Amino acid sequence: MELAVQIGQSVLNALAYLGSLATLSARAAYYTLVGPFQGKPVRFQRAITQAMQVGVRALPILSLITFFIGLILALQAAYELKKFGAINFVASAVAISMSRELGPLITAIVVIGRSGSAFAAEIGTMKVTEELDALETMAINPTRFLVTPKFIAMVIMLPCLTIWANAMGVLGGALFGVTKAGFTFLSYINATVDALFLRDIVSGLIKSFMFGVTITAVGCQEGLATGAGAEQVGRSTTSAVVISIFLVIAVDLIFTALFFFLGGQ
Amino acid sequence: MNTPLNPINENQPPAISLRDLRVSYGEREILHGVTFDVQQGETLVILGGSGSGKSTLLRTLVGLERPTSGEIWIKGKNLATISDEELDHLRRHMGMSFQGGALFGSMTVGENVALPLKEHTKLEDPTIEIMLRIKLDQVGLSGYEDYYPSQLSGGMKKRAAVARALAMDPEILFFDEPSAGLDPIIAAGIDELILELKKAFHMTIIVVTHELASAFLIADRMVLINRGEVVAFGTTEEMRTSTHPKVRQFLDRIAEPAVSQELDYLQMLTEDRHGSRR
Repeated sequence: MELAVQIGQSVLNALAYLGSLATLSARAAYYTLVGPFQGKPVRFQRAITQAMQVGVRALPILSLITFFIGLILALQAAYELKKFGAINFVASAVAISMSRELGPLITAIVVIGRSGSAFAAEIGTMKVTEELDALETMAINPTRFLVTPKFIAMVIMLPCLTIWANAMGVLGGALFGVTKAGFTFLSYINATVDALFLRDIVSGLIKSFMFGVTITAVGCQEGLATGAGAEQVGRSTTSAVVISIFLVIAVDLIFTALFFFLGGQ
Repeated sequence: MNTPLNPINENQPPAISLRDLRVSYGEREILHGVTFDVQQGETLVILGGSGSGKSTLLRTLVGLERPTSGEIWIKGKNLATISDEELDHLRRHMGMSFQGGALFGSMTVGENVALPLKEHTKLEDPTIEIMLRIKLDQVGLSGYEDYYPSQLSGGMKKRAAVARALAMDPEILFFDEPSAGLDPIIAAGIDELILELKKAFHMTIIVVTHELASAFLIADRMVLINRGEVVAFGTTEEMRTSTHPKVRQFLDRIAEPAVSQELDYLQMLTEDRHGSRR
C-alpha cells in the first residue's frame, strides 16, 4: 500500500513536471508567434547573441566529437562488414546511422553540456540575486524576456548544428574509407549521397528540433525553480543536465518509434 | 490611531491601505493580519528584526507574493484580487530598489536604467538617452552608463538600482534594506538620496530597514513588525517616546533572552501572542 502510494506520487510529480515544461514551451511559442502582433516584441538581438553562444561557439568541440564518432562508426561497421566481404557498405552505414540517430543525439548531448547547463545557471543566478523579481516588479514577463530568446536560438541552431555534425561524421567515416576500405574521397562521398534518402535527414532534423525544445524547457525550468542560495544554482545546473539527457533520449525513442511505425519500415 | 506631525495631507486618500493582510508560505503563516495606511507623499519605514516578516510585507506590497486573505489597496486596486494585466499596469507606477541592486549583469548601467522605458514606452532612442542621463544625474551616477554592474562599488550599484526604479517616474518607491552591506558614509549618502527624492518629487516612499539611525533620519512615520504582527505604528517622535516593551527593546537594542529549551521557546511564543492581543 505504502509502495503504491509512493509510486503514484512519483508518477504524479513526473507528470506535473512534464506539464510545467509544456507550459513553458507553449508560453515561449506564444511570445514568439503571437506576442509581436500584440505589441510585445521579441528580443531578437538577444536571440542572436544566444544563437552565437549555443551554435557557433559549439562548432569546434562538436566537429571534433562527431568526426571521431564517424570514424568509430566506420571502424565498428567495417569489423562486421568485412566478414561478408561488404566493406564498401561502410559509407552507407556511417551515413545512415549519423543522420538518423547519432548526429542529432550527439549534438543534443554536446549542447546540453554547453548550453542547457548554462541556461539553468544563468536564470538560477538571476533568481538568487532577485533579478527575476526585479523583472516582475518592472512589469516585464521573465518568460518573454529571458526564456523566449533562448527557445528561438535553440530551435534554430540545433538543427543547423545537427547538419554540421552529420557532415563531420561522414568526414570521419571517410578517413577510414579512404585509408582502409579502398575508397577515393569522391567515391566515398558519392556512396554516402547514394545511401541517404531525404527522409533520413529530415527525420533527424525533426528530432533535433524536439531536442532543442526539450533542452531549453528543462534548462529554463530548472533555473526558474532554483531555491534561495548560491548552492541551489549548482543543484539546478546538475539536474538540468541529468533531466535533459534523460528526456532527450526519451524523446528520441518516441520519435524513432513514431517514424518506424508511420514510415512503415 | 495617530496624528502625524508632518505636512502630510490627511484629506487625500491614502496611497496604500492594508486591511487585515495575511500572507502564508505553504502552511506557515508569515503575516498575521497587518493593517495600516500609508499617506501620499510620506516616507514610511518598516522596521523589524530578521524573520519578523518585514521583507514578506514588502514583497506582498509590490505584488511578488499574493496575500492569503485581507486587502491591499493601491490606486483604487486591491492587490489581493487583481488580475495579472492590471497588476502589470499598476507596477508602472511603482519602483522597487532591491537589497543587492538586482541589476542585470549582462547589461550596462545605461541599458539597465533604460530597460523599463524601452519595454513600456514608445519613446525614440534619443529621448530615452536624455531621460537616462537625467535619471543617472539624479542619483549622482552621470557618466557611468557604459559601465557594467560588476565594475561598480556596492553603493554605486544601489544608486544605479534607484535610477532604474525611477525610470518610469513612479508614484510609489520601495526600498529593500537600502543601507545593508554599505559602509556608514556610503549608507548616509543613500539616506540623503532618499530625502532628496522625497523633496524633489513628493513620492510616497516605503523603506524596509533595521538600521535605526537611517530610519529615524528618513522616516515620517514608522511601523514596527514583530513575528508577523504590527507592534507599533506612528511618527518618529511617537516611536522615540513609546513605552511599548517591544519598541523599547528594538530601539534600545536589547538582546532577546537566550532560548535554551524548545519548550521555553514555545512558552515564550504563546505568552507573546497573548501580550499582543491584550
